[in-house]
Amino acid sequence: MHAMKILVVDDERDIQTLFEQRFRREIRENLVNFVFAFSGEEALNYLNGHEHEAVLILSDINMPGMSGLELLAHIKQKYMKPPPVVMMITAYGDAENFNTAKQLGADDFLTKPVDFSLLKEKLKIII
Amino acid sequence: MQSGAWPEWQQNIKYGLIAIAALFALDIIFDWNFITWAWYISLLVVFYIIYRIEDFVRLRSLMYAFLPLILLEVLQEATHLGNWKWLNDLENGLENAKAFAIIWLVAMIVIITRQNKALKKVELKTLHEEHLKQIAETKKAELEVLVAERTAELTKQKEELQQIVVELKATQAQLIQSEKMASLGELTAGIAHEIQNPLNFVNNFSEVNAELIGEMEQEIEKGNYEEVKAIAQDIKDNEAKINHHGKRADAIVKGMLQHSRLGSGMKEPTDINALADEYLRLAYHGLRAKDKSFNANMKTDFDVHIGNVNVVPQDIGRVILNLITNAFYAVNEKKSHHPENYDPTIFVSTKKLNDWLEIKVADNGPGIPKKVMDKIFQPFFTTKPTGEGTGLGLSMSYDIVTKGHGGQLLVKTKEGEFAEFIIKLPV
Ligand SMILES: Nc1ncnc2c1ncn2[C@@H]1O[C@H](COP(=O)(O)OP(=O)(O)O)[C@@H](O)[C@H]1O
Ligand SMILES: [Mg+2]
Repeated sequence: MHAMKILVVDDERDIQTLFEQRFRREIRENLVNFVFAFSGEEALNYLNGHEHEAVLILSDINMPGMSGLELLAHIKQKYMKPPPVVMMITAYGDAENFNTAKQLGADDFLTKPVDFSLLKEKLKIII
Repeated sequence: MQSGAWPEWQQNIKYGLIAIAALFALDIIFDWNFITWAWYISLLVVFYIIYRIEDFVRLRSLMYAFLPLILLEVLQEATHLGNWKWLNDLENGLENAKAFAIIWLVAMIVIITRQNKALKKVELKTLHEEHLKQIAETKKAELEVLVAERTAELTKQKEELQQIVVELKATQAQLIQSEKMASLGELTAGIAHEIQNPLNFVNNFSEVNAELIGEMEQEIEKGNYEEVKAIAQDIKDNEAKINHHGKRADAIVKGMLQHSRLGSGMKEPTDINALADEYLRLAYHGLRAKDKSFNANMKTDFDVHIGNVNVVPQDIGRVILNLITNAFYAVNEKKSHHPENYDPTIFVSTKKLNDWLEIKVADNGPGIPKKVMDKIFQPFFTTKPTGEGTGLGLSMSYDIVTKGHGGQLLVKTKEGEFAEFIIKLPV
């Protein structure tokens, strides 16, 4: 079975270690394959070079430079058909960003701090 | 005036007058020869008094007028004391001399009258002058009162002004405090975000570690020690991360507390790069929290060789925060006017020169127009709408850099293109 490719976008570099450890077993069992980008620009670059590869994009909103919302708008309006599933990570209680993201076509939401068991549940459904 | 002359002689003059009256009476009633002599002697005594006593200096000329006549009279009278021939001859000579004495007397009186007239004139003049002098003196007194009144008024005004200065200083201190609080308000949103992230990591990594320990126990049971070792290493790494993010949150809270503290800061060796980076992030997230649509590129270029520099960290942090907040505001302004093809960018850098440390905060915003350039460091100068600018940021920053640290705060700008603020600190 082919591993599901997930692109995680966040300006915090430690997010990579965190995901890799949280998904230790899944990675080892080759269920998922994570790719990391530390800014919106980097994420777009990756997507340009690897069209159709990423099935799911997990993105933070608050990032210097291109924000998660801008990235979302790019992906949903100008990129790939069919567009990948985009899950936005919003700060707790941030209704404004939540609504904007929804309007821009975000498929799902997670709130910070990320509840990994909830994320795993969601991934199971997608797979 | 005449009655008022010689006041201390009034009594004597009175006695003199009585004596004259008495002599007259005696002369009329009895025809004694010695009364004539008494007349002469008292006259001579009077003359002597006039001659000797300074008080009567004005009467002397009158005395000289009469003196020859009286002397001749006395001598003539004396000739009657004997009955010799030469005495009779002398009496006749004296009779002739008397005519001269009378002419002398008349001439003297004429001269004296003239002199008196002149004297009166002089007296009148001095009187007039004295009068004028008196008027001048009253005027002077009046003026002195006026001056005293004005001085009192001015002193009062001066005291009132001093009071106002004291009040203004207090107000200024309050304003500076409220500017600090306003920037603290800007910071809080950034701080919430900045603290949330490390705390999430602390929680997440400690959860991971709990999980890993469970896994490690399983692997130990299985005797799979290679895997056990690998897990142990992960746990160790995660522990380091927990520690790192815990400290990050700690530093942010400390920074916030320092920022709100009144200027009691001490100079201490400070990692300027870390300070600049921290405030850049705080300002950025603070603005993002206020305005969701806000965004800008942040470029940093930190000179790793600057080491620790002796500064008051919260003060220099405040300066950096002010400059960065201004820069973000500037690019946001430009973006709202020229949305196409504009890439708002903030550039923060540090550099060590020989004896100087430079901290630069630049932006590609609208720049500063020439006509406001020399005003931007003045307290309360702001081009921002009420509620958005206090106009105290740059003036406070200027004081902190120059007075507080012996440095310089410079600005370079090109209208429509960029603004660059340079903090120069001696090291
Ligand atoms: N980076 C900048 N770009 C353009 N103008 C600036 C910049 N920084 C400061 N200014 C000008 O200087 C003025 C004074 O700034 P400041 O003392 O920080 O007060 P405030 O920010 O409250 O207006 C601002 O109102 C603005 O006109
Ligand atoms: Mg300001």
